[in-house]
Amino acid sequence: MSAAPARAGLAVGDVVVEQSYHLTRESLVRYAGASGDFNPIHYRDDIAASVGLDGVLAHGMLTMGLAVQPVVDWLGGDSGKVLDYQVRFTRPVLVDPASGADVAVVAKVGVLDDDGARIDLTVTFNGETVLGKAQVRVALA
Amino acid sequence: MNPELAGRSYPATEPYLVGREKVREFARAVLATSPLNLDPEAARAAGYADVVAPPTFAVVVQERTLAQLLGDPDAGIDFSRVVHGDQRFTFTRPIVAGDELTATLTVTSVKSLGGHSMVTAESAVVDTDGAHVVTAISTLVVRGDE
Repeated sequence: MSAAPARAGLAVGDVVVEQSYHLTRESLVRYAGASGDFNPIHYRDDIAASVGLDGVLAHGMLTMGLAVQPVVDWLGGDSGKVLDYQVRFTRPVLVDPASGADVAVVAKVGVLDDDGARIDLTVTFNGETVLGKAQVRVALA
Repeated sequence: MNPELAGRSYPATEPYLVGREKVREFARAVLATSPLNLDPEAARAAGYADVVAPPTFAVVVQERTLAQLLGDPDAGIDFSRVVHGDQRFTFTRPIVAGDELTATLTVTSVKSLGGHSMVTAESAVVDTDGAHVVTAISTLVVRGDE
């Protein structure tokens, strides 16, 4: 765990952290239980198919939840430094029953201001972005 | 969907007591690794009363307000056609184990776009002192007939 970063020394466009995550069906069941979101499209292939999906999807809120974690780590593990976090759900993350899914997060400085920064996230699955306008406002010393 | 929905508020939800093990469970589920999310001693050393919830934990409290909206027959939202469009959390402070939170949802906008409807709702989450903790904002897209 590193110390919290300082605003000085950061420039717009800097990549502050990158991280990849592997999701499996177990990840989805775990998130369902932790969050209380038991929509069966996140664990039943037959129901996902019946509503026209190509397979079981990760919860959008799971993707949103993990995508901010590299930023929290960069902030010294203190999620209290996250002031605002928003995303748009643009594409689904399909989680294969055998091979799972790999989600990659790249976090860049989008804006610097007096008391912090806006960190812009690029979140991809299979080479395509799955979140739009994924922005985290953070407090920096 | 009822086009008159904009501006409607629902009653504050019953208090939600944030449990330490629930925070840990949620933290593991979103692949959080910070000791502040998991270890009360580490959280106290950083100035918090107990383990700190990951940012998106607020959805657990918000969900109770969305259930009010989606369960309101007068709102006319067909849940089977609902897709989560976007999500935002605006914090005054992070949620910490031991918090007792209530949430109040207000519908801020209702729009139609190409046969689909979009409803945006803000859920303001406050603690037992009535002090603001976080506002969770969701836009739900209700798909039209295909």
